[in-house]
Amino acid sequence: MIYLDNAATTRVIPDVAEVVQKAMTEAFGNPSSPHTLGLEAERLVRQAREAVAAALGCQADEVYFTSGGTEADNLAIRGTLQAKIRKGKHVVTSAVEHAAVLETLKHLAQLGLCEYTLVPPDSTGKVAPEDVVKAVRDDTVLVTVMTVNNEVGTIQPVAEIARLVKERDPEVCVHSDAVQALGKVRCRVKELGVDLLSISGHKLGAPKGVGGLYCRQGVRIVSQITGGGQEREMRSGTENVPGIVGLGRAVALAMEQMEEQTALWRRLQERLLALLEEIPDAQVMGSPLANAPHIVNVGFPGVRGEVLVHALAAEGLFVSTGSACSSRREVASHVLKAMGVNPQAAEGSIRISFGWENTMEEVERAAELIREAVRDLRRFQRY
Amino acid sequence: MYDLLLIRYGEIGTKGKNRHVFEQRLQANIAAALRDLGIDEVERAYTRLYVPVKADLEEIIQRLQKVFGIASFSPVMRVPLEVEAIEEAAVKLVAESLRERRISPKDKLTFKVITHRANKGFPLTSPEMNKRLGACLLRKYPQLTVDVHQPQLSVEVEIREHYTYIYSERIPGVGGLPVGVSGKGVLLLSGGIDSPVAGYQMMKRGVEITAVHFHSYPFTSERAKEKVLDLAKVLSSYGGPVPVHVVHFTEIQKAINEHCPPKLMVTIMRRMMLRLAEAVAQRERAAALITGESLGQVASQTMESIAATNAVVRLPVFRPLIGFDKTEIVDLAERIGTYSISIQPYEDCCTIFVPRHPETHPKLAEVERAEERLPMEELMEEALARTEVVVCGK
Repeated sequence: MIYLDNAATTRVIPDVAEVVQKAMTEAFGNPSSPHTLGLEAERLVRQAREAVAAALGCQADEVYFTSGGTEADNLAIRGTLQAKIRKGKHVVTSAVEHAAVLETLKHLAQLGLCEYTLVPPDSTGKVAPEDVVKAVRDDTVLVTVMTVNNEVGTIQPVAEIARLVKERDPEVCVHSDAVQALGKVRCRVKELGVDLLSISGHKLGAPKGVGGLYCRQGVRIVSQITGGGQEREMRSGTENVPGIVGLGRAVALAMEQMEEQTALWRRLQERLLALLEEIPDAQVMGSPLANAPHIVNVGFPGVRGEVLVHALAAEGLFVSTGSACSSRREVASHVLKAMGVNPQAAEGSIRISFGWENTMEEVERAAELIREAVRDLRRFQRY
Repeated sequence: MYDLLLIRYGEIGTKGKNRHVFEQRLQANIAAALRDLGIDEVERAYTRLYVPVKADLEEIIQRLQKVFGIASFSPVMRVPLEVEAIEEAAVKLVAESLRERRISPKDKLTFKVITHRANKGFPLTSPEMNKRLGACLLRKYPQLTVDVHQPQLSVEVEIREHYTYIYSERIPGVGGLPVGVSGKGVLLLSGGIDSPVAGYQMMKRGVEITAVHFHSYPFTSERAKEKVLDLAKVLSSYGGPVPVHVVHFTEIQKAINEHCPPKLMVTIMRRMMLRLAEAVAQRERAAALITGESLGQVASQTMESIAATNAVVRLPVFRPLIGFDKTEIVDLAERIGTYSISIQPYEDCCTIFVPRHPETHPKLAEVERAEERLPMEELMEEALARTEVVVCGK
């Protein structure tokens, strides 16, 4: 098996699985319990918080654990809108955000709780900071632009966006979804200048069901889940101690190995692109070498991405479609569409994404399998 | 309060000499539908079946509403053939009805008593029983008044050979014939909206279903197959386990794509499907094929197209939806619970490879000529050899 769908999720790192297992079977106390088992659990959560804070370059008490990236995005968006209701309800975002952001805004807009402006990207998927600032209005309360795009790997100029937005209006909150960025590109919150930043565990070798939100000290957002007052009243519910412990360990490992790991990914990416470009008419989406090192999105006109993914899975190679689509619905990826990719190429696109365990041999074998599958499938075209 | 469910069967009551075959099958089907609730005895006496209320009544009712061959059924109290016992039960039944309908002693409720005296040895005649019971209930419950034309509550009393049955409710069944009495048919199950409905319609006429699905991995996904198995499971709730023969269709589609003219691809694909379905029918000793075709719905469902595909098989092909509009099919699909599964957006083999402009009036001779280029025997053998059978439902 060759697993190259790490932007969807990763296998849990054995070392992480071990600490998670321990947190489940040994330090299984409730951090809120006054006894020693509770204290032990609380200590583990604190350590994890410190590890995440170290990775983001912030204070530990600026980190709030959530059930994942989606919840973190929801908390940032809903929490800001509710906290700034007097100022307004306008949000500026990019047209290439993850559904956790776009669908949340759409939903809130339908309820009349927000208005939003989508800033279109250029052909590589990048938004221009000037365009973002131009969209800011007097009643704008939040600007949210992702750090790294999940479909094509484009790095957004978040730092520049934050700087210009704050110049225009320091009252506007700046949020970034860094789910695909943490461990892959530098994401220090002070350098980015953001107020809020979402992260997720399962994209870097931690289990699913855990993530977090950085919320800069002094920035007020309204809690969305109330109850026992955990996470300093920000996110109630007994802490997912095993998940949090796993996230902490995975983030620490990612930081330790980041330089080496990203250099390897870049080499894998370069090699993969060189091999894929030998396939006739291969169309690489975006500009991968100038962006995140772990994602390659490539289309092969005449071959449907979904079919290619199935064919590759039959050979033991796991990748993803650039977008979910079917001939009945013809739903091309909103990201590729916003980038102006022609629909035929978008329909054929697949996403290949590296994780902590991939090797050069795997990537070369993968390229070979893709070449063969594309050749075979192109013989069976629709007329 | 209720001891039993009394089950009436309609159509099969009229089947002459074969009646006991039908009755036995219905009895067995009901037992099978209720077995996992801990109910396995279904009593049969004359033209009624009886099921003990040994599990949640609502659950039993829901299950019975899916058993073909049942005309209607009633939750009943069973008492001896004694007037006092009958009176006592009727009082209890009315008390429960008043409670359920929240009728206080100040409110009004119209009622009537209907006695069916199948046991002519019972000392009182039906009118005498009606009068006696009516008087007894009127004395007991001042809120009752008699209305023989449109009563709000009917108290029905069936006096039979050994017992009397008392009830107030008749729940309609789905009708039809017990699954199995009409033989076995092979259903071409695609994953779309129509074919499961076609299967349901034939089950309703007593046909035991074996499904065949054409799987074209990697052109269709594993999820498309899961979807078909889910559909088969819904069908199985109307008449027992449904085996699904998942035929490996990929090589055939590739061969058609390679060797045949695009505009005839759909016709030839349908012909291959029918041939394979007939082969499965032979293996399974099934006597008919079933498809979800509806005349004129798509290019492959014109009269000419149907004629061209039908020509390759000798078994009768049942097309129960042939005269249905799409909206009618959708309504039925929603009612039987397959619609929400069918609309999941996984492609099936009918939608991939489909040319933009398929032939709507294929000429048989032309189709046959085009097919000559296919290594027919080899393809059929390979597809059948790689067929996997999954039994859906309990």
